Amino acid sequence: MRRALPFFGLFGAALLLPLFSNDYWAVIGARAAVYWILVGGLNLVVGYGGQLAIGYVALLTLGAYTSAVLVAKFGVDPFVSYGAAGLVGAVAGVVVGLPALRLRTFYFAMTTLGFATIVTQVALAWQSVTGGGIGIGGPELPKPFDSPWGFYLFALALAAFVTWLSSNVAQSRFGRALVAVRDAEVAAEAVGISKPHLLTTVFLFAGACAGVAGGLFATLQSYITPEAFSFDLSVTFFIAILVGGRGSILGPLIGNIILTLLPEFAAPLVAWSTFLYAALLLGIVLAMPGGIAAMIDFKNRRPLASNRAILPNPALISGHGTARGDIVLKNVVLAFGGVRAIDGLDMTIRPGEVHGLIGPNGSGKTTTLNVISGYYAPQEGEAFLGASPLPHGAPRARAALGIARTFQTPRLIGEASVLENVMIGATIEGNASFVESVFSLPRHHRDEKHLTAKAMQALATVGLERLAEVRADRLQHSELRFMEIARALILNPAFILLDEPAAGLSGDEIKRLGELIKAMAAQGIGVLLVEHHADLIFDICDHVTVLNLGKELASGSPADIRAHKEVVSAYLGG
Amino acid sequence: MLQAILAAGIAVGATYALIGITYNLMFSASRVMSFTAGQLGMAGGVLGALFIGRMGFPVIPGMILALAGCAIIGLVTEFVAVRPVLGALDQHLYVLSTLGLALMIQQFTAIEWSTEPQPFPRLIGIGEGGPFDEKFWLPVVACAATVGGLEYLYRRTLVGRAFLAIAEDNFAARALGLPERNLRMASYALAGVVGGLAGFASGELLLAFFANGAMLNFLGFVPVALGGLGNNRGALIGGLALGLFQQAANFLVGGVFASVAVFTVFIVVLLVAPQGLFGAPPSRRV
Repeated sequence: MRRALPFFGLFGAALLLPLFSNDYWAVIGARAAVYWILVGGLNLVVGYGGQLAIGYVALLTLGAYTSAVLVAKFGVDPFVSYGAAGLVGAVAGVVVGLPALRLRTFYFAMTTLGFATIVTQVALAWQSVTGGGIGIGGPELPKPFDSPWGFYLFALALAAFVTWLSSNVAQSRFGRALVAVRDAEVAAEAVGISKPHLLTTVFLFAGACAGVAGGLFATLQSYITPEAFSFDLSVTFFIAILVGGRGSILGPLIGNIILTLLPEFAAPLVAWSTFLYAALLLGIVLAMPGGIAAMIDFKNRRPLASNRAILPNPALISGHGTARGDIVLKNVVLAFGGVRAIDGLDMTIRPGEVHGLIGPNGSGKTTTLNVISGYYAPQEGEAFLGASPLPHGAPRARAALGIARTFQTPRLIGEASVLENVMIGATIEGNASFVESVFSLPRHHRDEKHLTAKAMQALATVGLERLAEVRADRLQHSELRFMEIARALILNPAFILLDEPAAGLSGDEIKRLGELIKAMAAQGIGVLLVEHHADLIFDICDHVTVLNLGKELASGSPADIRAHKEVVSAYLGG
Repeated sequence: MLQAILAAGIAVGATYALIGITYNLMFSASRVMSFTAGQLGMAGGVLGALFIGRMGFPVIPGMILALAGCAIIGLVTEFVAVRPVLGALDQHLYVLSTLGLALMIQQFTAIEWSTEPQPFPRLIGIGEGGPFDEKFWLPVVACAATVGGLEYLYRRTLVGRAFLAIAEDNFAARALGLPERNLRMASYALAGVVGGLAGFASGELLLAFFANGAMLNFLGFVPVALGGLGNNRGALIGGLALGLFQQAANFLVGGVFASVAVFTVFIVVLLVAPQGLFGAPPSRRV
């Protein structure tokens, strides 16, 4: 509730505007509201999803012309035409967005820019429909919305509605998944987030918002020509979000208001306004990448206790997914160019067992883990789960099979809280659809309650419950390692793959980690432990495989390995 | 008509290829794709018109001044928009910082120069009006000279080999003691000159117009995207192909649908081969 206060403040103030200002300000205020309807949707794409869509003016144009043409040429009801504009916007949003699924950032930015140019050119050339350079009248609303203040209040209501919708998305598993795709794409795949699915949905939503905003824009302008949709406008939308700060709704809302109002207060600067916005963009990127949102995030400025210790509570590990049998590698071969990183490996990981995987650097330990978790497809041989082969090159499918993992370097979502970082781990357990989350329906609330409770328990298990609300990039390295383990545990996995979890931990922390891992196995989880700390391995493993140059050098109980001559001379020393 | 398509197509194609090479020069030195590449082309045209047309400099000094101005813009790009964000390459901040700088250059030109296309002076005065008008072959000469010059630089000179080393493996090059920062600045200055040359040589064709920057940004990027990042030969082939395709579509179906056709082909090719037609896919992710 406290999070909603600033929004009530802003919209409350906007409601009071008619009481002490003139019609001119009604138009300015309506413009800010209409822009926000677009920016509020775009914010999910840019601010949350990190997709640099810089040409969203194209969708505004499409929406505006759809609405105007439907009303002027076909006599459609203006409100219905707004709906049609939203529909066209949603479809176009997906079309413009599709390249983002395959292309890198800069490429995507370029394609949206190219699209924006083309839409304007078509609007100019298709005279029989759009009126070309002469333009076309915008839809006129019936009473009481035909007066400046009537339209202002109507736009304001829609703007408030969009704010509510987009914050519902932001606080759902979809919003968290967007940020995960932005900041830690590899980790997002490992927990089963489907980037194409997610982005397509969000592009639909943002496109619909932009289309509706276009229809309202046509009414606001009362007459539209292609010139009204300059690329400068697109830049303004985009910059409002970055000035406001990524991963925030309040920040971009403030940014949008500032950028819409700024030219009104500095009339001599109007010609220079785009120049100033561009300078602002450069300045923000260089000096304050967090934007307004970081500036008003007082909670995360409070210093954290400096002498905090991680005290896991292994007893809290409860239950596990039902294993569909052992993970079995059969004669797996994987080469990168001429280097055979894995060269004919057989291995079996059993539920309820800690399986250590050791070997010198470059011996293929992490590569093996990546084959099991689906990032690499073996060129020969096969990986099985029970009787069925594990699908190749499909890391996204692993979470549903009960296989969770951590990474050699923690893949954190730095700008999200520790709690959210852990909740990401159980994204696939959510039941509410996107629509249910957008409208904050009961199933969405049940999901949130369920995921929060599970995440808190996972955090308590690894001993980080006190840091739940802290932004993850403020944590120490060792805490991030335990946070990743919590993210894996929240899934109640049947198997957990740990990639050097002890690296960078203190002696005490390694001891507690060892107890935690033993407790996992005792609960029936199969653990694959890639490690360099020989003591930890020999302490807690039930079975150890030693790799050298991609091949198995030895395999057996810790005692066998310790006595193995080649292992001792090649790796352990002594 | 075929003659007209060929003359105009190869001329604009050579310009796109030069802007593509500008992208590549900046990318090789820093792994950054900069939105200022197209603006450099625009600046080459505007500065040329300013020095030669308005201020009355002779052609050669005017050209040197215009290219020097573009080299400075290149250096400013490196210093303002690239160097500060190099540490955060993964977060793609450079997309935003170079976009900001590019918009500043564009808006500054629009306000201080003109928002209307301005004439570019005739440089030599050969082939008035015909398909062998200098406005058609000057960009081609500029492109050939640049490609030849770069080949010589990369293959025959020590500095050129140092450029290649930086492009190939930045860390290893630094470990060998190469002055990475100075080489990067040199690359950006060189990129400025090449981009400026693109705009200067095509000035009579595209005029001195502030909006050329955005247009060249996109159309110069197309050959890079199709040819593969950092691949100059790909940019050359891609640029010429794009120019011919665009002009042919222009004559056959009209300007607007030519743009739509270019854009559609661009998107389709990219979706089919995201690493470009001549590039190799990245190998390791985790």
